[in-house]
Order: sequence, then C-alpha cells, then structure tokens
Amino acid sequence: MEILYENLLDFQWQDIVMILLGCLLIYLAIKKEMEPSLLLPMGLGTILVNIPGSTALTGPIAELYSAGIANELFPLLLFIGIGAMIDFGPLLTNPKLMLFGAAAQFGIFFTLCMASIFFPDFRDYFSIAIIGAADGPTSIAVANALGSNYVGAITVAAYSYMALVPVIQPPVIKALTTKKERMIRMPYEQKSVSKTTRIMFPIIITVVASAIVPDATALIGFLMFGNLIRECGVLDSLSETAQNVLANLITIFLGISVAFNMTADKFLQVDTLLIMGLGLIAFIVDTAGGVLFAKLVNVFSKTKINPMIGAAGISAFPMSGRIVHKMGLAEDPQNHLLMHSIGVNVSGQIASVIAGGIILNIAAKLMRG
Amino acid sequence: MMHFLSDTAVNLQFNLFAFVENLQYMGVGMLVIFVVIGIIVGTTMLINWLFSEK
Repeated sequence: MEILYENLLDFQWQDIVMILLGCLLIYLAIKKEMEPSLLLPMGLGTILVNIPGSTALTGPIAELYSAGIANELFPLLLFIGIGAMIDFGPLLTNPKLMLFGAAAQFGIFFTLCMASIFFPDFRDYFSIAIIGAADGPTSIAVANALGSNYVGAITVAAYSYMALVPVIQPPVIKALTTKKERMIRMPYEQKSVSKTTRIMFPIIITVVASAIVPDATALIGFLMFGNLIRECGVLDSLSETAQNVLANLITIFLGISVAFNMTADKFLQVDTLLIMGLGLIAFIVDTAGGVLFAKLVNVFSKTKINPMIGAAGISAFPMSGRIVHKMGLAEDPQNHLLMHSIGVNVSGQIASVIAGGIILNIAAKLMRG
Repeated sequence: MMHFLSDTAVNLQFNLFAFVENLQYMGVGMLVIFVVIGIIVGTTMLINWLFSEK
C-alpha cells in the first residue's frame, strides 16, 4: 500500500506553488489569450517538472532543453518563421522610420543599469536587460548565451509583458504626449517597392548588422533568412512552411523546454519578483524612449510626426503598432496611423535583435576581461 | 554595498554605484544601435532610389 502515497509525501509547499503557477499560466493562455502558444506549453511544462521524482525533468524536457535551448537552436529556428511572417513593405517606403525602432531600445540599456544595482553578476543583469527587447526568442537566446541563472524568470517576464503591451503602453504614451500631439495626422503615401529592393533589404541588414555587431550574426541572419524566403518569390511553399508548420512546431518545443528552468528552487526566489519588476520598467522606458525621440525629431522637422508612433518601436509585433493606430483613431477618427506604426513596429523587431547582439558583444568583452 | 534578504536570495545586493558604473554601456549600446540603424537607413534609401519602379 505504501506505493500509493510514498511519492505524495515528497511534495513540498514550493512544488505545490509551482504547480499552481503552471495552472495560472494555462489559465492566462486559454481564458485571457495571453501569448497562448507559448504560455500553455510552458504552464504544462512547469507542472511536469515540479512533481517530485518527475521523469520529465530528467528525461525528455532535459533532453529538449539541451538540444534546443542550451545551444540557442530553437529561438533561432523560430526567427526563420518570424522573418517569413514580416512584411517590410511599410518600412521600405519610409526607411527613416527605423530610427524610432532604435530609440525604443533605450529601455534595454536603462534596465541594464537598474538591474546592476541588485544583481552582482554582469551575466545576470545583462540578461535581465534584454527583457526590454520585447521579443521572446531574443530574450531566451541572449540569457542562454550568457549562462544566466534566471532564464525561466526572464522568459516568463518577456512573454507576459508582451501580452500586456495593450495595458502597459497607453498610459505611458498619454502621460508623455498632449492631445494636440496625439491628433497629428500623418498622410500615408502609397509607394511601390521594387522586388529587387525587397530581396536586397534582408541581405543588406544581415551584412551591415553582422559586420558591426558580429554577435548578432546568428540572430539577425536567421530572421532575415526567413524574410528572404518570403520575398524571393520562388520559395512560396518554404515560406508558408516557415510561417506555419516550422514556427508552430518550434513554439511547442520552446514552450515546454523553457519549463526546465521553472523548478521551485530556481524560480521561487525574491530575485524572480525583482526580475518581473525590472521587466516592467524595461517596457515602460522603451515606450518612453520611442515617444520622446519622436518629440525630439519634431523640434527639428518641418513635417510633424505623431509622437505616438515612436512607442511602436518596441518589438512586440504587431500589438504595439495596432495600439498606436487605435489610440490615433480614438483622438481623431480620420487619423489612420497604421502603416506608419506597423513600419516602426517591424523596425523595432530588427533593432531589438541588433540590441541583443550588442549586449552579447559587450558581455563577451567583459568575459575576456 | 550591502547584501540582504533571506538565504533564498543570497545573490542579491544593493549597490547604487553599479548604476553609474554601467552608464557607459548605456551610452555605447545606444550609440552602436543608432550607427547600425543609420547605415541601414542610408543603404535602404540608396537601393530604393537605384531600383525604384519607374
């Protein structure tokens, strides 16, 4: 009879809390539709690894983790799918929009400084800072490459705040802009972009970004590889596979294997709460960085820009672009900012990956001493 | 610098000077990102001009 309750006696309160957290992630995924494709497998994975004596932790999840996350393979493969999904058209019609994507990465570097107050190991505070990339795969790839102790918490923070962008961004945007500024109209000129430009764009980005920030090569290269498949015009079935089958498969494996780091001993710490707080700061400062940069541009520019589009420079695609569009419509039903905000939003995707490479580059120099 | 909190968080510290020490990375990081994006913007405008559909 002992066999029936033997394992139950091994349960600690921490295991129960983590199992409840796993259930909460599943609830948020299904009921609130918060990044369900990632939070649902992560939630179940969290339950699996916190059952005492679980063979999942030592067996399949550990294997998946070492096969796909420890070597950064899964986030990179996911980038092929993301690259294939992105239409850089709105950005190519107005390339200057990319500067807003750069400005909205300010939260990463501000959070790096903030996190350094609390975390003594630079690998940890550099990894925490990358939550501000607002891009799950980049966060996972950078935190793993740096060997941070907080990969689980960083992943949860990155994906949770991405899902909460509609809650986080509007108050920050409103606090930093006047009604008059939010009503600035930006007419969109429909320009055709040649196929040659569309094909050359991912190649140019790969070469320029990798040459200056070599640690970004894999991240930017896989993202742009996906986009090249999309734009070349002769690999439609591969593009479709990358956008759907590949992205879905990798997301399943990524979610469940990230749970390898969601064990009670690693997750139930004050550090985790601190990381969640710092992640929120990163998203707020990212948004503020984009908006304030747009206001700065307006000081020098004859043609005024609606400063709200700066906020779309965070990488959370396409939510951020849509939020700015909706806020524009709320102020003036005739003000259609979507093409501009989506252009800035995809530039945020590029800039966040480059920022990830910069973080890795600086960290590599520190490691070499 | 002081270490605080319970034994579950022995790795934490409270060191305000670390913020100032790391400001250099904020400066370098933002500078590099604007330089890279600036080069990409310039190159994209160039290819747009060279290969625009007439």
